[in-house]
Amino acid sequence: MKAATLARIAEAQAGRRALVVVTRLADGAQCMVDAAGCSGELGLAPAQLAEAASLRQSGRCGALETLPGSFARAYVPSPRLLIVGAVHIAQALAGMATTAGYEVTVIDPRGAFASPERFPGVTLSDEWPDEALARLGLDAATALVALSHDPKLDDPALELALPSTLFYIGALGSRRTHEKRLERLRAAGLGGLTGRIHSPIGLDLGGRAPAEIAVSILAEIIRVRYKGAAA
Amino acid sequence: MNAFGDSPIETLRQWRAEGRSAALATVVRTWGSSPRPEGSHLVVDADGHFVGSVSGGCIEGAVIAAAQAVMQSRQPRLLEFGVSDEQAWQVGLACGGRVQVFVEPVE
Repeated sequence: MKAATLARIAEAQAGRRALVVVTRLADGAQCMVDAAGCSGELGLAPAQLAEAASLRQSGRCGALETLPGSFARAYVPSPRLLIVGAVHIAQALAGMATTAGYEVTVIDPRGAFASPERFPGVTLSDEWPDEALARLGLDAATALVALSHDPKLDDPALELALPSTLFYIGALGSRRTHEKRLERLRAAGLGGLTGRIHSPIGLDLGGRAPAEIAVSILAEIIRVRYKGAAA
Repeated sequence: MNAFGDSPIETLRQWRAEGRSAALATVVRTWGSSPRPEGSHLVVDADGHFVGSVSGGCIEGAVIAAAQAVMQSRQPRLLEFGVSDEQAWQVGLACGGRVQVFVEPVE
C-alpha cells in the first residue's frame, strides 16, 4: 500500500466519508474509489467502478464480481455515540463504548459534570445539547442517549434527535419520568416519533450499578445497530 | 481510537511517521466458519509488534512471520489457511473454516 493511499484512508475517516480501496491480489496494484470516482495505479472499467461504488454505499467488503482476483475494502465512518448528561452512568458508558469502537462525545453545559478529571481522554462538549447536536450532525451511523434526568438538557436533544436518521435514541428515566417526557414531546408536535425512544433504556439485565446499566445500554445499542429496533 | 486495533490504519500512519517498516495483512476471503470477516486487518512492524487480528489467534503467528518476509522482499503475498491445509497440524483454524489473507508491504 502506498503512503498516499494510507493518507487518503485516514483523511476519509477523519472527515466521516466512505472510501473503497480495490486491490488486484496478483500484484498488489490498488485504486481508491470515493464520491469523485476512481484514482490510483489500478484502472477500473465502468462496471467495476459501479460495483465498487455500491460497496462504498453498503460498507461491505469482498471480491469484485466484475474483477476476478480482486479485493475491495470499504472504509466507512466509525459509529458515534453522543451522550447527553455527564452523569455517573456516562462515565462508565463513555469508556465501554470507546472500547467497542464508537467515537464518543459527552455533552453537558454544566462544567462541574463534564470535566476532564471525570472523563479522562473523552471528547467533551460544554455547549447546550441543541447547539452541540447541530454542530456534530446527526446521521445514520450515530446513536444518542439522554442520561441527564434534566428536561432542560434531555428535551432539546430529543427534539432534534427524533426527526433525524440516528440509528438509536435512548432516554434514561423511570416509567413515570418517561410518561411526562412523552407528554412534553407530544406538546412539541413530535408525538408521531416518540416510539423511536428506547425507554426504559438498555436491555433488561437486572443490574443497578452505573457500570452495569452502561453495559445494558451499550448492549442495546449494538443489538439495534445490527438487528434493527424491532429485534 | 482505542487500544484494540480498531484503527489499524491510524497505527500504520503512526508507525510510518516514526520510520518503522510495516506490513498490512487483510482477510480477503473466507469459507465456512471463520472468526474474523473479510476486510479484517492485522498490521505488523519489523520487530513483530502487531495490532488487530485476522483470526481468533489461530494463524496470527504465521501471518506475522510472513509479514516480516514481505517487508524484506517488498512483494505482496497471498496466504491461505484451513483444515485442508498441510500446515493444519500446526497452523490452522480449529473452527474448520478456511481463510485467505493478503499481506502487502506499506510504503
